[in-house]
Amino acid sequence: MLGPNGAGKTTAIGIITSLVNKTSGRIRVLGLDVDTQPEAARSCIGVVPQEVNVNVFEKNENILINQAGYYGVPRAEARRRAEKYLKALHLWDRRHDIARNLSGGMKRRLMIARALVHEPRLLILDEPTAGVDIEIRRSMWDLMRELNGAGMTIILTTHYLEEAESLCRNIAIIDEGRIIENDSMVRVVSKLQREVFVLTLAQALDRAPTLNGYDCKLRNEHEIEVEVTKEHSLNDLFAELSANGLHVTSMRTRANRLEELFMRLVESKSAGGVD
Amino acid sequence: MAELGATTAVRASTEPPAINLLMVNLVGFGTIVRKEVNRVLRIWVQTIVPPAITMTLYFIIFGSLIGRRIGIMDGVPYTMFIAPGLIMMAVITNSFGNVVSSFFSGKLQHHLEEMLVSPLSVATIIAGFVVGGIVRGLAVAALVTVVAMFFTELRVEHPLITLSVVVLTAMAFSLAGLLNAIFAKNFDQISIIPTFVLTPLTYLGGVFFSISLLSPAWQAVAKINPILYMVNAFRYGMLGASDISIGVAYAIIIAAVVVLYVAVYQLLSRGTGIRS
Repeated sequence: MLGPNGAGKTTAIGIITSLVNKTSGRIRVLGLDVDTQPEAARSCIGVVPQEVNVNVFEKNENILINQAGYYGVPRAEARRRAEKYLKALHLWDRRHDIARNLSGGMKRRLMIARALVHEPRLLILDEPTAGVDIEIRRSMWDLMRELNGAGMTIILTTHYLEEAESLCRNIAIIDEGRIIENDSMVRVVSKLQREVFVLTLAQALDRAPTLNGYDCKLRNEHEIEVEVTKEHSLNDLFAELSANGLHVTSMRTRANRLEELFMRLVESKSAGGVD
Repeated sequence: MAELGATTAVRASTEPPAINLLMVNLVGFGTIVRKEVNRVLRIWVQTIVPPAITMTLYFIIFGSLIGRRIGIMDGVPYTMFIAPGLIMMAVITNSFGNVVSSFFSGKLQHHLEEMLVSPLSVATIIAGFVVGGIVRGLAVAALVTVVAMFFTELRVEHPLITLSVVVLTAMAFSLAGLLNAIFAKNFDQISIIPTFVLTPLTYLGGVFFSISLLSPAWQAVAKINPILYMVNAFRYGMLGASDISIGVAYAIIIAAVVVLYVAVYQLLSRGTGIRS
């Protein structure tokens, strides 16, 4: 789930997990209605909220054992699972510490371990990698892929569009409480009609070159931005660059493709319609 | 991250899971009780020691020093008369205080959400917190009883009445603490009820005096106070003497438990104070 701040992503998660009373509509989790079968529906869900919500005075191991207990996991099995998930999230050596002594990233990993301890079929992560360093973020991505590969459905909200594009099979874009796009990642990205590339040139320029069929802007004397529509291939672009005597030393997209699409969807909606 | 192994692969079924609600709630209830008892023991300096010190001071001042001059009340020495009242006072304040602070801190730090997103029923959550409050109330009661034995001779005339009244009273005030915590939005709001309601009602509830000392008009006013019935029923259980009918006392204590439970259950089911 993608959306600007205040779009309603966290509220949607709150409604699914029963932390927010909905005003209308119907929620089904794996076919279970949260109003008529609340206990069965909740037993399927593991949730990692955006804000830290652990008892900071409780020992980390006890936090997981207690959480398993709330889902009916007997104590001996709860201990075994606490060990398994604390080890999986690299927190086993901190098991006797109280949560207050953990860093922000560690608390977030503790919350993921807590959400997994009853082995849910649906895992909901509300910005799980916010505030964690790159190495941990990458390892958390690996964990999510592994869980998903084992059959667990994962709903993820994130501000990192690279994260969404790299991890997600389906995407919903939310703005002002409404879903404005909901499709597979492949189809969503294919809706992007144009992409902007940043090219680094061997020679210095004092103004943007004129490329036939392309909008071109000068970023600095060695970099230009070129907008490529779906009608053109990159081969066409390079042919045109060569024809103008321009030698490209490197190339990158100006923004993540999803970010490009996301901005266009949100901007076009506020301008009066989605193209 | 470390490999998680094949356990999660078992969960890949698309069928809705079979859930044994009775087992979930039994294990969940045990977990909440264990967590609450561990909390009381972990912070024993805040939960167990202060009431023991306060009650020791009461026994020294009102029992040994002033009590000697008062002499006999309701047929027993004054120190013996106040002992059941002081035990009951400790039970009331500690069972209330345990639940209000534990539930409110869960709300404040949001870790109450751990239970709210789980399949536990509202009744199980209430029962877990209430039993935690009863355990602390009874632990403090036991300690105050030991303290009392240093100052006066204690006896238990009706053990079943003594035990049932103390448990029902702890249950009632645990529920009252839960009710307070449901509505509380800040720390001020969890101290207002104990300071301005609980303490005056306890002091005026016959802990230190027999209501036979009051004029008939003030006796009628005193009888509105439910704590009077709890203290007197407990005193009857221990000493065999009471200002009021034991049957009426039981009816009032049980009614308080039922009314408070229904109120708490309705509020939590609606999500008052705990869900947005």
